[in-house]
Amino acid sequence: MKQKMKGSHAADGNHLFETVIGLEIHAELNTKSKIFCSCSTRFGSRPNENTCPVCMGLPGTLPVLNEEAVRLAARAGIALHCSVNRVSRFDRKNYFYPDLPKAYQITQYDLPLCESGYLDIETGQDRPNGKRRIHRIGISRIHLEEDAGKLIHPEGEPVTLLDYNRAGVPLIEIVTEPDMRSPEEAAAFLKALKSILEYTEVSDCRMEQGSLRCDVNLSVREMGKTDFGTKVEIKNLNSFREIQRALAAEAERQREQYCSGGPDSILPETRRWDNGRGRTVSMRTKEGNQDYRYFPDPDLPPVFLDRSLLCLIRNGIPELPEQKKERFLREYGLNPYEAGLLTGEKALADYYEEVVGFGVDSREAAHWILDELPRIRKDAENGEIPVKSHYLADLIQKIGEGRISRNTGKDVLMEMAVTRKTPGEIIREKGLSQISGPAELQKIIRDVLSRNADAVQDYKKGSAKAIGFLMGQVMKASRGKANPNLARSLLEELLS
Amino acid sequence: MTIDEIQKGYRDKRFSVREIVTEYLERIRKLDGTIGAFLTVCDDSALQKAAELDEKRSRGEETGPLAGIPVAVKDNICTRGIRTTCASRVLEDFIPPYDATVVKKLKEADAILIGKANLDEFAMGSSTETSAFQTTRNPWDITKVPGGSSGGSAAAVAAGFAPLAIGSDTGGSIRQPSAFCGVVGLKPTYGSVSRYGLVAFASSLDQIGPIAGNVKDCALAFQVLRGQDPNDSTSMQPDAAGMPSFPSCLPDQGIRGWKIGLPRECFRHGLHPEIEESVRECGRLFEKMGATIREISLPVWDMGMNVYYILSSAEASSNLARYDGIRYGIRAKDYNNLEEMIVHTRSEGFGWETKRRILLGTCVLSSGYEKGYYKRAMRLRDKIRAAFRKAFQEYDLLLLPTTPTLPFDIGKQHSDPLEMYLADIHTVSMSIAGVPALSLPCGFSRSGLPIGVQLAANHFEENKLFSAASLLEREFGPSGRNTPPDMPPVGKIVDNILTRGGKQY
Repeated sequence: MKQKMKGSHAADGNHLFETVIGLEIHAELNTKSKIFCSCSTRFGSRPNENTCPVCMGLPGTLPVLNEEAVRLAARAGIALHCSVNRVSRFDRKNYFYPDLPKAYQITQYDLPLCESGYLDIETGQDRPNGKRRIHRIGISRIHLEEDAGKLIHPEGEPVTLLDYNRAGVPLIEIVTEPDMRSPEEAAAFLKALKSILEYTEVSDCRMEQGSLRCDVNLSVREMGKTDFGTKVEIKNLNSFREIQRALAAEAERQREQYCSGGPDSILPETRRWDNGRGRTVSMRTKEGNQDYRYFPDPDLPPVFLDRSLLCLIRNGIPELPEQKKERFLREYGLNPYEAGLLTGEKALADYYEEVVGFGVDSREAAHWILDELPRIRKDAENGEIPVKSHYLADLIQKIGEGRISRNTGKDVLMEMAVTRKTPGEIIREKGLSQISGPAELQKIIRDVLSRNADAVQDYKKGSAKAIGFLMGQVMKASRGKANPNLARSLLEELLS
Repeated sequence: MTIDEIQKGYRDKRFSVREIVTEYLERIRKLDGTIGAFLTVCDDSALQKAAELDEKRSRGEETGPLAGIPVAVKDNICTRGIRTTCASRVLEDFIPPYDATVVKKLKEADAILIGKANLDEFAMGSSTETSAFQTTRNPWDITKVPGGSSGGSAAAVAAGFAPLAIGSDTGGSIRQPSAFCGVVGLKPTYGSVSRYGLVAFASSLDQIGPIAGNVKDCALAFQVLRGQDPNDSTSMQPDAAGMPSFPSCLPDQGIRGWKIGLPRECFRHGLHPEIEESVRECGRLFEKMGATIREISLPVWDMGMNVYYILSSAEASSNLARYDGIRYGIRAKDYNNLEEMIVHTRSEGFGWETKRRILLGTCVLSSGYEKGYYKRAMRLRDKIRAAFRKAFQEYDLLLLPTTPTLPFDIGKQHSDPLEMYLADIHTVSMSIAGVPALSLPCGFSRSGLPIGVQLAANHFEENKLFSAASLLEREFGPSGRNTPPDMPPVGKIVDNILTRGGKQY
């Protein structure tokens, strides 16, 4: 009864509950070939093009470990402050499913490659003036395993087709501690993790292609309690937006369930996100938990990482997002918000440094890349940056020199993304060059003044607005090409 | 016939490869209806390869160490384009798109694949009776089993269908049938021969090895088969720069000064008295040659069977899970959903012995049981290995019986799995320890059945086995000379060629 009362109070305020979130992230490793055979890992090949007797699990075949996969996984572990085990081992996880050619998955169970790491994340940096808070999210383990194939259900046909191209693609599974307390934190963690995996070139992290996948464990508990509530697993989350929405919806569902039926009414189950309906849907309960009968894979000897190899891997780790951000703050005079956005994505940070490298003012470059580029980038394929860095540098320089106006510059940028032409070509072809010749400008201004005698009168009477109006007319008459600074000083000169 | 005799005939141009292969095929055609050693006979490809070899030889080109030697390969070893069934319904129509590493090596050595030999289903058994397709009979007495699981391979050599066969041994599957059929069989050191292409039964124990009519042929075949393979991560290169080739591995002084251990545990209850007598006689012969024989105790011996059946079944339950009817092999006809398709396929595809081991293996790996069974067996395996390591610090060889009994009647043990499992009692421990062991004939019982004696050595010391075995063989005579009483002598193969008026080559 007491609980019920508490519950009904809680229903009125989410602040009486705490959400506890842990993540299991699968990332496909950036290797050329699969983890246990030499088949290509290329995405988008014809079905079953990238298969061989080994990854098809034909009788008699044996796995041979791809050492590059071990190096990449260890690199991820080091970047995430894990301890990398000198000896790790592969195990078999046994279950029947058509996408699993051997009916067992080779994975790491009791001796994973990496253990006990962490990642510091910042929340509140989504907004320029947000309050920055740092949280440390624990990483309990990172292990290597093989991916499974894909089932294809052709619409309207009573068949299931199988594509084993993905079977045997190397994965790391990153398991966090239940250290996140809100969907925002989970999303921030995932963004920071993605950024690190991209920086270290461990994975290309294409969520839309499934090379980064996230399963979530979420539970709620009353504020102040230390015991965990019953956790529910949510699968099938394919974008940051989906993750935030799904977690918010699931937390809400659990709070309501808790209030109406008490903590025991939340079942340990696996749910999936139904994007269309905006809620999670039960897939299966965890009662009668499947027994995977793990045991060490006798086909693979233990993995030994000696000190020198580990050292080599450690030295091969490039500058990470956090370090880069600090450097950007130091070297380029940016604010934390700008530096955070630029370094959040390695490709963007590299692009920024290229533009600055052409001699462009660092703050100007940040403005164009953060404020103008996203507009044209959102339509680009694979989120690639559609304008070459030296073209953008050229454009910014032309604006700085007064060759074109800022507004015209935006149009030129748009045009560059479509035509891939240089800014010079576009300005020439479209006649966008700014009018900076005083003689030409004077002629336009005289023309404007003669047509707007009223405004001239107003100006002379001391109206401050009038000069703005007249400037507008001058810009209009020049079809935006007048150099505004020059135009203004000429206008003032002619009026006095 | 021995490999030497056949190759000498080629060199002396007494006959061609094609003639030899034709005669062996003819012998198989006439006699294998009774023996049932082969599941597939490779007439066409064998004759074609023979013709190619004859051509190669006529051009004076060099040929490999097994040139023109017909070889029977156990049907759980993948052969490209040739059905590989594991004697199971579930793989009845499976044609591998690749060659096992050992098959590749045999081909590179210019051997001729003459057929695929019968076995217990998925190599699980000691009598070849669990084969889904046929019973193989012991050429020495067709009312008896040939042993198993490499029963087809051993029977093929004993019946003179091929001078050489390839088998696989997980707990005794090469040695026990070799003993029953009166031939020489080697289970090499674990890791010395690639398992790539051997359909897995128990991956940590499976090992491919040769079965031949005499020790020298066995050693020659082993030299062709062994070696590290990039496709098998468990294959190894011996620490030494490589083994000396046979027969140079036989030291000048023979085995003078060697210490040979006779494990006391093998000579207890259940050992057939005639087998005991033969093994002890071997010990006396070794003593005469200057070796020291001492009875030793290996207390871990008694754990062997339990450890073996737990580990091998556990691994088998996982290795055999892939036969779900989805990608290859048979698929059940009646099903309404995915689960039924898998369940029906496996119910129809596997025989009883295979099912028994899958169930046993699934059980010992299940949560709640795995601590008491699988994990405990893993710890005991370490103990057994340590005990062997210690024994071989002191002893050069172990001398012991291969089997507790003489070849038994067909159908007799089929009904009692426990009795059948005991057939491996003297062979499993070496499998668990991963050390090499060889069985060779050491005479016959009063009833005329072959008796085998087993020698075991430390890791990668196959040369010691071959040395000692060849000395024993001098005493008993090579088994290849003895043709089973009811069969035409193998030597007839040459007579047939010559009397048929074939021209001299």
